[in-house]
Amino acid sequence: MYQVGNLVKELSEKHGHARESLMPILQAIVLKHNYLTDEAMVEVARELDISAAEVYGTASFYTFLDTQVKGKYVIRVCKTITCSMKGKGDIIHTLEDMLKIKVGETTPDKQFSLIETNCIGWCHKAPAILINDLPYTELTPEKVTEIIKDYMQK
Amino acid sequence: MENKGLNKVGLIFEKIDNHEVLAKGFKMTREEIIQEMLDSGLKGRGGAGFPTGMKWKFTAAEKNPDKYIVCNADEGEPGTFKDREILDRVSNKVHGGMAIAGKAIGAKKGIVYLRGEYRYLLPKLMIELDAFHKMIKEIGYDFKIEYRMGSGAYICGEESALFESIEGKRGEPRNKPPYPTVSGVFGKPTSINNVETLVTAMMIIQHGAKNFIQYGTKDSRGSKVFSVSGDTPSPGIFELELGMTVQQFVNEFGDGDTKAVQVGGASGFCVPRKKFAETIIGFEGVPTGGSMKLFNSSRSMYNVLHNYLEFFTEESCGQCTPCRVGCQQLLKGVEKVKKGEAKSTYLNELMKLADTMKIAAKCGLGQSVGNAFKSIVGNFKEEIIY
Repeated sequence: MYQVGNLVKELSEKHGHARESLMPILQAIVLKHNYLTDEAMVEVARELDISAAEVYGTASFYTFLDTQVKGKYVIRVCKTITCSMKGKGDIIHTLEDMLKIKVGETTPDKQFSLIETNCIGWCHKAPAILINDLPYTELTPEKVTEIIKDYMQK
Repeated sequence: MENKGLNKVGLIFEKIDNHEVLAKGFKMTREEIIQEMLDSGLKGRGGAGFPTGMKWKFTAAEKNPDKYIVCNADEGEPGTFKDREILDRVSNKVHGGMAIAGKAIGAKKGIVYLRGEYRYLLPKLMIELDAFHKMIKEIGYDFKIEYRMGSGAYICGEESALFESIEGKRGEPRNKPPYPTVSGVFGKPTSINNVETLVTAMMIIQHGAKNFIQYGTKDSRGSKVFSVSGDTPSPGIFELELGMTVQQFVNEFGDGDTKAVQVGGASGFCVPRKKFAETIIGFEGVPTGGSMKLFNSSRSMYNVLHNYLEFFTEESCGQCTPCRVGCQQLLKGVEKVKKGEAKSTYLNELMKLADTMKIAAKCGLGQSVGNAFKSIVGNFKEEIIY
């Protein structure tokens, strides 16, 4: 269940109430819940005493600070040139088949979100993906199937 | 032109006695450290290549006692992955380089801005940072480093956008001047250096500028870490002496069928086969932050260009019109020509647009979109049209 009240208070006590604390606070909420709800952003605005528009304006600038519903595991598939040359398409097809969703969607049980992202710095071990913070590299359809099966059992 | 050939070097990842090098650095005066950097001819390793000694000198000259040293670890250029490897393997030298830079410019505070994609490194880096803080305390030097995370925005690798992000704002580049050395993060004088530059600075303190300039050429001193990917049997990270030709690079890393090398990532230059022999990798030829992508003859250069333009269209911060609209129009333009909806001469108009962006865009992102665009369209026109 996505409940932010106490979390925002705890985070602003930890990081401080200055404007520079905004990113660390938003990042910590996303680490826990994978995306930002309107309520969470309003609560952060109240704690830092800035307008909610400022919070939304900042959050919406950064692709990792999602303001749309995201699953427990966010799969980001690198689509930049080397990954694209080395089989990104097969990885996407495999993931779409397994999760029964398209790129940009979240599974109905809110377990997985599948999105494409720009270069994540693993070009020498392409194709690569991130699942939340963890990189998985030199993928094949077989390898990625095993990885997702493990996550499904978590 | 000076040509040093291809020589592998092992200095960046070499394990050193950090304590000893730092103790040596802290005994030097500020002026001595800066002079050593100027003598070394070290240019920034992030890609832009500003002389590090000059940057430190300007920041040192500022009167405000509240200064910052910022380490730019927002490595987002497609094809670059060296800073991740450096932080993973020798973060001690990065932290050490920041402390040396801090001594030189008179800063007691350092901030590492690490891209969100590398967050998995953070727990390990925190342990290593604790050990580092203990060590410099033992030496009796006062300097504190903290980490700030990015959240997936390529533009935050641009120095002033990075400052905005640290300050908790949208990562939109600022107008310059004032330059960071005068007004950087939190409006304080700031020296912002790439991860590899800071490690190289440690190397210069350790070995001395005299030994450092034995490596490389007049315009490109020292060695550099290259991130090699694409159509190559040996992708990975290699430290090479500066001053080799693209041909020598391809002889070592190519798959025998290399038709083009993209030097410097999406914002860099595409070198076609016919220019391999005459092109030096370095500031006298094609500069690079380390990204080297090889393409063989099975690859469509249209797909490569299209991928880069999609990248820029998404990563443009949207603040200035030349970049926001320019990126979109270049992308739409090449699509139209490919589909036959526009004549091939339309490419000439797009080339002019790329020139305009170079002059009119506010920051390095928009200004460098034309590098890849012009060098790919210029050298592989037939692949873009047909």
